[in-house]
This record gives sequence, structure tokens and C-alpha cells, in this order.
Amino acid sequence: MNNQQTQRAGKLQPLPRRRFLKEMAGVAGGACLLAGGVGLYSKQASALPATAIRPPGALAEADFLSACVRCGLCVRDCPYFTLKLAELGDGVATGTPYFNARAIPCEMCEDIPCVAACPSGALDRSLTDIGEARMGLAVLIDQENCLNFLGLRCDVCYRVCPVIDKAITLERVHNPRSDRHAMLLPTVHSDHCTGCGKCERACVLPDAAAIKVLPIAVAQGSRAGHYRRGWEEKDAAGRSLIGEQIELPVRGMEAQPYGDTRLRPDGPQVPPPAPPAGLNSGWKP
Amino acid sequence: MNHTAAANQNMGANDPKGFASARANVLRPGAEAVATKGWLAANRWLLLRRLSQLSILALFLLGPWLGIWIVKGNLSSSLTLGVLPLTDPFVLAQSLAAGHLPYREALLGGGIVLAFYLLVGGRTYCSWVCPVNIVTDTAAWLRRRLGLRGGKAADTRLRYWLLFFVLGLSALTGTLAWEWVNPVSMLHRGLIFGFGLAWGVVGGIFFYDLLIAGRGWCGRICPMGAFYGLLGRTALLRVSAGQRARCDDCMDCFAVCPEPQVIRPALKAIGQEHPLILDHNCTTCGRCADVCSKNVFRITTRFDRSES
Repeated sequence: MNNQQTQRAGKLQPLPRRRFLKEMAGVAGGACLLAGGVGLYSKQASALPATAIRPPGALAEADFLSACVRCGLCVRDCPYFTLKLAELGDGVATGTPYFNARAIPCEMCEDIPCVAACPSGALDRSLTDIGEARMGLAVLIDQENCLNFLGLRCDVCYRVCPVIDKAITLERVHNPRSDRHAMLLPTVHSDHCTGCGKCERACVLPDAAAIKVLPIAVAQGSRAGHYRRGWEEKDAAGRSLIGEQIELPVRGMEAQPYGDTRLRPDGPQVPPPAPPAGLNSGWKP
Repeated sequence: MNHTAAANQNMGANDPKGFASARANVLRPGAEAVATKGWLAANRWLLLRRLSQLSILALFLLGPWLGIWIVKGNLSSSLTLGVLPLTDPFVLAQSLAAGHLPYREALLGGGIVLAFYLLVGGRTYCSWVCPVNIVTDTAAWLRRRLGLRGGKAADTRLRYWLLFFVLGLSALTGTLAWEWVNPVSMLHRGLIFGFGLAWGVVGGIFFYDLLIAGRGWCGRICPMGAFYGLLGRTALLRVSAGQRARCDDCMDCFAVCPEPQVIRPALKAIGQEHPLILDHNCTTCGRCADVCSKNVFRITTRFDRSES
């Protein structure tokens, strides 16, 4: 009884060391578990879906997540309501700004108000020319349904591109299906594409667009730095690095330029050899 | 049996058991104060607090709802009238821990907020600004009304450890670690920018406080509250139990106080002579002053040590 009383009275005095340490360890362990859960969740939740595009000037995703305070000032100053703050369940880090190009693309304001509004530096103010923005990279991802790939002249993505003829060009290639028409293929060039997403917005396909803006990390492979590009080396050196190539004559085509193997109507007409039968005949078209 | 009788005899004196049982018995604290002082006087600080919380929220909502842009942003960071930047120093601390040096506006805004709460008292943020306070106050009120008891409350020091680990986690993961789950910013941002599933988090806190641990979130877990609490050591604004001679040990103040442990040293002169509540966890909500029918408490400055 006496012992119990002293223990109860002892409540006002500093706890015995062992009990104190034990309690502290329990509390610290609990806090550590909670924090660990938060950490694991943050790791899981920091994956950015490919359709979520960050505002212009956004730092690289990892740096962005260390900088963005999730205040929404960029969203407020976006005059076209392009940007929105991620809500819990959107799949984007909750409270961070992003846009969906198919819904509302970036209009590439010259004064870049979203960047000017950012107080934290998550949107980098060293971006002063919106043409230098790299929000993502457009990729003509569905070549089966793109109308231009089907041989039509849709060209809408090309026409709406704010950096027309630089970020998207139409490349003329032979249409092997009809064998007598051209296809004009919209082709994106990463050195000019800002990732504004106007092409994705404008794509005439009914639901999902054939051309999509993707995060650059998704859209682009890494450059094979260990390869030398012969043509670049040649330009830099002013001559071919491997010297003159030996030209071997092709029988029956001596009069034509090297490499030109087309049959001339005025030249000797050689009937195409009858294809030998069998799987391993070695015949090539 | 012997123990209980002794505890009841000791009630209101120094016996902590007496406090606990008496506190649990109070279902309607403040009823006596309403009877003696009138309803308005018995809810004065509560009404002022709600007014403060709702007006701050309204300032943020005027823009998106009515197009009147006085304040843009949310509690994490905002811009008032296009000139005054304000940034949450706790968010800023996470960003710094994550290895990012923010722009001048954010640092300046954080400095202004920091200076304000160092002056006024850190946890006035909790009771006069934070939107989650309305949620947890409601949960606490309902818990009292329904007579719910028991449950398992965490240790009051958990929040400091959590604060420590959250800042460490920010450094480790390079992200604003607590902002992934912070219900304070989620609720405020949700009201202004849209909720998504964040209702679930707010509801979770409500039911945690209601069913599992009375005052469990704000008083024990929230590392944001812990952060602001640490700013409370220099607060000029403090509650004083100046008329403690009049105290009739009705326990109403203990029943409504979100941090009941802070009252005793001042009210019962334990470990201190003056009647000021200097504990940094006092949120200066003034609810004790409201519910006290004897007008023992008043909100005053830390220099006012008079007992009159």
C-alpha cells in the first residue's frame, strides 16, 4: 500500500528512467511506423500518369515534388483554365498542378502567367520564352488510326501546331497500299515541340487522339551516346572519315550511277528472272 | 473500492484520478455558465473563433465562387491583394528538408507567418485558423454528448516524433512528405479547389476523434500542430486563470479543453506561482473562459500575472 502510494504520488515527479525510455521507445516506434507508411505511400503515389502534363517551366518530376507547395497559384493565374490541382484519387500527387491535353491544352501565353505566379520555384522562372518550354513531347502514337497514315489529308495536328513546320512537319512518303499516291505523315521534332498539346486536343478521332503528348521521359529514348553518327562526323570533319568507297560494277548497269539499280526503258531490257521454286531459293524482290 | 472512495473525496484537489473521473462525468460542460452568464457570453470566444475560421475560409472562397480576388491560393501558400505573400512555415520546412530552396516570395511569406505566430502563439493557428479544428471540435462535442468513453489515445508526445520523422522523411524521399496525407491542407485545398476522395481523410479524422480517441488527432498526432506548438514558447497572447480563487472545481474547463494538461499548473499553482498558462500547447482558444461560470479565465498577455 505504501509502495503503491509512493508510486502514484511519483506521477508528478520525473518518471523512473527505465519506464521513461520504454515509453519513449514505444512512441518513437509508433511515429516511425506512421512515417514509414506515409513514405511508402508517397513512393507509390509519386508515379505520374502519362496523360498528366506538368505546367510549363516545371522542374524535373523528382525536383518538382520537392519544391511544389501545392498552393494552386499557378492554377489561379492560368487564363484558359488549363491547369488544375490534382484531387485525391486523380492518380497525380494530390494538390499538384497538371493538365490533360485532350481536355484543355496549354495556350502558350507569351508572358507565362503560371510560372510568374509560382512562389516556390517549382515552376522555374528562368523560362522566359514559352517556345523553350518542354512540358512533354507529342508522339503520333496510333499509326493504325491516324487519318494521314491511312492516306488521307487530315493534317489537323500539323495545322494547329503553334510551332508549325518546326515542331510538326508533314513528311511525304510513298503510299505502298495504293502504290500511286503519297502519304503526308505528321512528324514531331523534339527540338521544337513544347508539349502544349494542341495537336492532341485537335485530333479528329472521336475519343482518344492518335497523337498524344507524353512526358518526355516516356516519349523519348535515351540517346546512344557511344554511337558516332557517320554523317555528323563527316560534316564536322569536312570529309568522309573512312575514305573513298570502292565502287564495284553491277553487270548490265555500268552506264547508270552507282547505286541506281533501276531499269531504264531505253537500256537493255532484262526480263525479271522467273522465281525459282522452293523456300530456300534465296530470291529477293 | 477503497481507492475510488478516496479518489472521489480528493476530487478537484491534486489527485489525477479524481480529475479523470470527474471529467468523464461532464456531459454538458458550460451549462452552468450559460445559466449564469447567458448563452452569448458563455460562447463568446467560440463564436469569435468560428467567425475567424470561417472568414479566413471565406476570403479564400470569394475568388473562386464570386470572382472577388482578395486572396489567391490556399493555406499552404497564398497571395493577398496581389502583394502580400504568405506561406505555411511547416510546408516550407518540409521543402527545405527535401533539398529545395524556394523563391524569395515563399521564404518571405513563410517568415511573415512565422513571425506572426511566434508573437501571437503558434497554436492559435490550430484554434483560430485551421479548418480541421471545426471537424475535431464537432467530434469532441458529439463524443461528450453521446457519452462515449474509452478507446485508445496515442501518447501526447507522438506528434513531436512524427514531426521529426516527417522532416527526416522529406529529406530521405526528396518530397514534401507530410503533404501526401496532410488532412489540414487537404481539407482547405479541397474546399477551394475540389475534394476528390479527400473527404475520406477528413471523415477518417472525425470518426477517429469520435470513436477511438477523444481529441486524438489535434492533441496527439498532427505534426503540423506540433510544429506550431513549438512556436508557442514566446507567445504574447496567453490565457490566465487570474480569478483562480473563485474556482469551484466543476471541471467544465477540463472537459472542453483540447489540451487539458495545460490548465492544471496555472489553475492549481502546481510547479508555478503565477496564474498564466504558459504551456506551448495551449491553443488560446478561450473555451475555458467561455464555459467557466465563475469567470476564472481570461485571454490576456504573458506579462499580466495579476490575480484579479
